[in-house]
Amino acid sequence: MKKLPLLILVITAVLAKTSLAGEPSPERQRALRNMLNHDCGACHGLTLKGGLGPALLPEALAGKPDDLLVSTILNGREGTAMPPWQPFMNQDEAAWLVGILRKP
Amino acid sequence: MTKLLPLLALLFSFNAIAELRATGDLGVVIEREDGNALIINTTEHKCLAKIEKLGDLSHASVVFSRDQRYAYVFGRDGGLTKIDMLKDVVDKRIIQAGNSIGGAISQDGKLIAVSNYTPGGVKVFSADTLELVADIPSNYGDGLRSKVVGLVDAPGQRFVFSLFDAGEIWMADFKNPKAPIIKKFPNIGKQPYDALMSPDGHYYIAGLFGEPGLALLDLWNTDAGVKHILPDYGKDDEKLPVYKMPHLEGWAVAGDYVFAPAIGQHKVLVIDKNTWELHDTIAVAGQPVFVMARPDARQVWVNFAFPDNNQLQVIDVKDLSISKTLSPGKGVLHMEFTPRGEQVWVALRDDNQLVVYDTETLQEITRLPANKPNGIFFSSRAHKIGL
Repeated sequence: MKKLPLLILVITAVLAKTSLAGEPSPERQRALRNMLNHDCGACHGLTLKGGLGPALLPEALAGKPDDLLVSTILNGREGTAMPPWQPFMNQDEAAWLVGILRKP
Repeated sequence: MTKLLPLLALLFSFNAIAELRATGDLGVVIEREDGNALIINTTEHKCLAKIEKLGDLSHASVVFSRDQRYAYVFGRDGGLTKIDMLKDVVDKRIIQAGNSIGGAISQDGKLIAVSNYTPGGVKVFSADTLELVADIPSNYGDGLRSKVVGLVDAPGQRFVFSLFDAGEIWMADFKNPKAPIIKKFPNIGKQPYDALMSPDGHYYIAGLFGEPGLALLDLWNTDAGVKHILPDYGKDDEKLPVYKMPHLEGWAVAGDYVFAPAIGQHKVLVIDKNTWELHDTIAVAGQPVFVMARPDARQVWVNFAFPDNNQLQVIDVKDLSISKTLSPGKGVLHMEFTPRGEQVWVALRDDNQLVVYDTETLQEITRLPANKPNGIFFSSRAHKIGL
């Protein structure tokens, strides 16, 4: 049992490195970036400066809480052209996208 | 020496003939990420030139001058570029707005109109010099400006367009370019997202995103106002999410029908052009984006929004059945028929290719490389009303 703290440390370190910690794998990150550029980009612009949908640049998102942005991505916005993307990504992935939108 | 001179003259004349180029079988392909326009030849299946540095072309539209010499590229970032297809150069380029979606050329070929999201409105320029001729802000409500969509040319030197946020259709008469006469049709329906002009210039039809049906303006009878057609279509059905807005163009009209994408459904609507009632619906592989009739109206080709954008379907207009489902590759963004329709060019964004099909046999003819291609526009549009 003296080794328990060490064991816990090792397990935590391993978990932090896996997707259970929330960050998508490099391959998945590439796929999400591609989706952002081209599929989100269809309405928000390849440069994210906006189109049918509003701009998604850092200054446009400042002041909007993360939860709201993640929820908008996953659930869409009723009455507008923003559809729900949850069939194509999970909560962690949407959160990761919000992170890269805030800090491109 | 006397024999050499005529020979040299002959050789020089061959060289001069070899340099001549005609533009009737040329086209423009947009490379959306790099901001380039490729000039291609549809007879030879060749890329002739690449015109670079055209700004943000992640969405772009193109119209052609009356003499088929120039291509006018409308870029997402408000860029408007006049490309000389004889010399493979940019003739003129301006940035005319912050965010733009498309444009049109007037009946007489002298004016270029651009539909802008930001600032909302339509700007009109000289097709020759790109000097500003008129600025029409899309004012509505309390000091608001609407995104403008569905801008087309109409007979009588007019432009017709729709206001997405305002739910209006406006018609601008430009017979006197310095004093355009605007007629506004309010309350035509919620969120018109695009519009088409029938190839005969008779009907302007806007698709509605915010409610069922479409808005119809009969240009022979504008005093009758805008009619809401198919107002109850699918209103009780579950609406599927729309991952990319459909696009409406004049070739939605084929024979007696208008083939329109159903919003929020995996269907193509077949609307009777005489009664404006729904004739039939065709179940398709995804949310349609482009529904395009071949020039002879015997086939309608359909591509789809994400996540079904790896397919194409061909509808046989004779019996409204699906002739074939094609899987050319990834990211089928756009297609364009050759002038008399024997072939169709298809853009594959994610495979970085253009594919050319024989429309009769539905066999692939060739592929050409292109970086993230989206729009394909052929110079034959120069002589088509509404394009």
